[in-house]
Amino acid sequence: MGIVKAEKLGYDYVEYRGENESPEVTHALRDVSLDVKEGEFIAVLGHNGCGKSTLARQINALLVPTGGTMWIDNMNTADSADLWKIRQKAGMVFQNPDNQIISSVVEEDVGFGPENLGVGTDEIWKRVDHALEQTGMIAYRKQSPNHLSGGQKQRVAIAGVMAMKPRCIVLDEPTAMLDPNGRREVIRAVRALNRKEGVTVILITHYMEEVIDADRLFVMDEGKIVMSGTPREVFSNVDRLKALRLDVPQVTLLAHALIGRGLDLKPDILSKEELIESLCALPEAEAAKTGLRKESAAEERSRDAESTGGNPREAASGEAEGMKKDLPDTSLRLEDVSYVYSAGTAYEVRALDHVSMTIPQGQFVGVIGHTGSGKSTLVQHFNALIRPTSGRVLFHGQDIWSGSYDRRNLRFHVGLVFQYPEHQLFENDVLTDVCFGPKNQGLDREECQRRAKEALRQVGVPEELYGSSPFELSGGQKRRVAIAGVLAMDPDVLILDEPTAGLDPRGRDEMFEVIGRMRAQRNMTIILVSHSMEDVARYADRLIVMNEGKNVFDGTPRSVFSHYRELEKMGLAAPQVTYVMHELAEQGFPVTESATTVEEAAESIFQAFVQEAAS
Amino acid sequence: MMQDITIGQYYPADSPLHRMDPRVKIVGTMVYLVSVFLFGGWGFILAAAVLAALVIASKVPPVMMLRGLKPILIILIFTGILNIFLTPGEVIWHYRALKITSEGLMIAGKTSVRLILLVIGASVMTLTTTPNKLTDALESLMRPLKIFHVPVHEISMMMSIALRFIPILTEETDRIKKAQMARGADFETGGLIQRVKAMVPLLVPLFVSAFRRANDLALAMEARCYHGGEGRTQMKPLCYRRSDYIAYAVLLAYLVFSILARVILHI
Repeated sequence: MGIVKAEKLGYDYVEYRGENESPEVTHALRDVSLDVKEGEFIAVLGHNGCGKSTLARQINALLVPTGGTMWIDNMNTADSADLWKIRQKAGMVFQNPDNQIISSVVEEDVGFGPENLGVGTDEIWKRVDHALEQTGMIAYRKQSPNHLSGGQKQRVAIAGVMAMKPRCIVLDEPTAMLDPNGRREVIRAVRALNRKEGVTVILITHYMEEVIDADRLFVMDEGKIVMSGTPREVFSNVDRLKALRLDVPQVTLLAHALIGRGLDLKPDILSKEELIESLCALPEAEAAKTGLRKESAAEERSRDAESTGGNPREAASGEAEGMKKDLPDTSLRLEDVSYVYSAGTAYEVRALDHVSMTIPQGQFVGVIGHTGSGKSTLVQHFNALIRPTSGRVLFHGQDIWSGSYDRRNLRFHVGLVFQYPEHQLFENDVLTDVCFGPKNQGLDREECQRRAKEALRQVGVPEELYGSSPFELSGGQKRRVAIAGVLAMDPDVLILDEPTAGLDPRGRDEMFEVIGRMRAQRNMTIILVSHSMEDVARYADRLIVMNEGKNVFDGTPRSVFSHYRELEKMGLAAPQVTYVMHELAEQGFPVTESATTVEEAAESIFQAFVQEAAS
Repeated sequence: MMQDITIGQYYPADSPLHRMDPRVKIVGTMVYLVSVFLFGGWGFILAAAVLAALVIASKVPPVMMLRGLKPILIILIFTGILNIFLTPGEVIWHYRALKITSEGLMIAGKTSVRLILLVIGASVMTLTTTPNKLTDALESLMRPLKIFHVPVHEISMMMSIALRFIPILTEETDRIKKAQMARGADFETGGLIQRVKAMVPLLVPLFVSAFRRANDLALAMEARCYHGGEGRTQMKPLCYRRSDYIAYAVLLAYLVFSILARVILHI
């Protein structure tokens, strides 16, 4: 028997409403059977509410099954006598890095578990040293967790579990709240523990790139395990995964799209290297490369030139547009803005460094950068929540920090939706909460409600929820309500700071649908802050890349991604297809290097390999 | 506004006072407090000298110590004025109903000196001891209270969790405040009632968040086998060294001297 074994595991949440009403039962887990061998790396995928967190809590005996049995190292979790042994054997890391660190000093937090187990002082120190070394956090041992990045905090949490000498670690979406750099460092640490120490890992996540190296993959839906196997086996089933509203790695999607067009590729391609290799091995490859290379390259160049002139996406960028027309200046403009945090102290940080930009009305702008690049500071300048240390911020041509300017009024025109906006909800019911903004604008009750309802309709909150408490809604619904709260002020500019953070792939796609709809119906300027290149590439007209307080790149997604090597140095990865296309072009295939989406890339490769090679 | 609150103003340095067992420092602070109240005249010079020696020994810049006086400045001025003008006694200056007595000046002077010595004395402790060590020391010193069913371990656990989460909640407050300001909330203008009302959109989300965090944290602690103080060991147990015993002896001598000074010498 393996280290973690479940047989026909079931778990029901029972909610008692009133005395006379029958309780509401949710089947969170149904008939789950699995057997995990010691030393395996297991990944569990599934959208929110599919039961994966419930399963994780079963392994740690934080919950005990209401049906079936769960054994951890041959101990039945339902047997309370073994409770502390089970929790020591199967450690757990949670999603929010802040809410699982107990002490104000890193090393003391790591020692918390062993202290609870009654380990002797000398042994605690040994374990803490070892655990901090294993997770690469030894240099931070005396620090306060408040001064660490999200990824570092999660590594502290992992060290805290390792100090208990577990044989299995369960990680419940440990990277959901982290930026790409943080995610990478956490996954690297987990993998190292699995390989070097032989610790069994059960990783729950939404991110495909994290599960590719797993030994086995379980996909959950509605409390059941619906797919299992190696990542290759599972991901080759692209249509099934799409039906479950889960993500598939971009290269796998690209391969799938090419197979759909008749190219003879394996269905289980997971990495860009693999894809390029199998493309080169195709019988059409040589013909594609040599056949009409010069001609097609020339053609491509002319096609590119054409699109630069004709494509509104391209023309919209830069400052030219706002100036050209003789219309009143309706843009948002920064002139040489710098912002310094805690000026004059040892903690001085230059968050913005002489930034200038103009955003014309109606543009969809993506702002990209990793944590600490200044992107959040940047957007808070647009609605006067932060006053620049030097430089000017102009809206409709007026300096918003000049003496008589009404900055409160400005905030109704430049709406800002913060990260995790659902944390700002406070009213008794959804409709009243959304009315808060319009009410502050001084509108009468009827107008407030009219606007609130319109906004709620646009973000897709059904009418029957208007009267319910915002705290009872699901995570995705809460976020929509919060966005409606800003939208109801009918702003000219809508700024969204990481609107998809912490959402599952389905929630993320739906959020982008909402944003697209809002834009189409209201002709607003949209400024989207994100660290996901893939998402932004699909929607934005213009990308601004922030790094160390400077706007280093500014242009169309195509032109920005062509700097993919520099982007990588900043810790920002361009979409996987960008790499594939550049690599293919370098090898001499006549493909469009600047393709940024799977569809574009598939079309271009198809052209190069099938049509041109054949002619 | 919220960012100004700092919990524990520890100043990292390597000094005999930093190395001293935190329990000695708590007891020492209390002894000093008692002595300052016992002294009534020339004794203040001794108390001030002792304090000056401690400040120098702590290697903390004296400016940091004086900074601790800022918040009590208003109390200092207020009590000073009250004492000067309202103490009955020999009048040395008067203008209509206002009169200053020599007794008033004496009392005002003494209270001010006492307050200043007390605050700086307490600062010496907080500047040389991390908040964590203070909590540990309190737990250890209060252990005898367990007999009276005082939940000593739980209190100290709560204190250390509070220390960990106050900066997080402070940051969160700031974030929610900005988010509501982005929706047109106005926290700065209006009368008292309006301002209190304006706090609702700030306080409700803050409470919700605090409960959510508490819930998460409880789960995380349980997952790490926390089950109360029973059977728990300590990573950094407090243990006295020789210098600490010497410090206790010095403290005892100081206490005895100040009592004698009061009772026999009347200084």
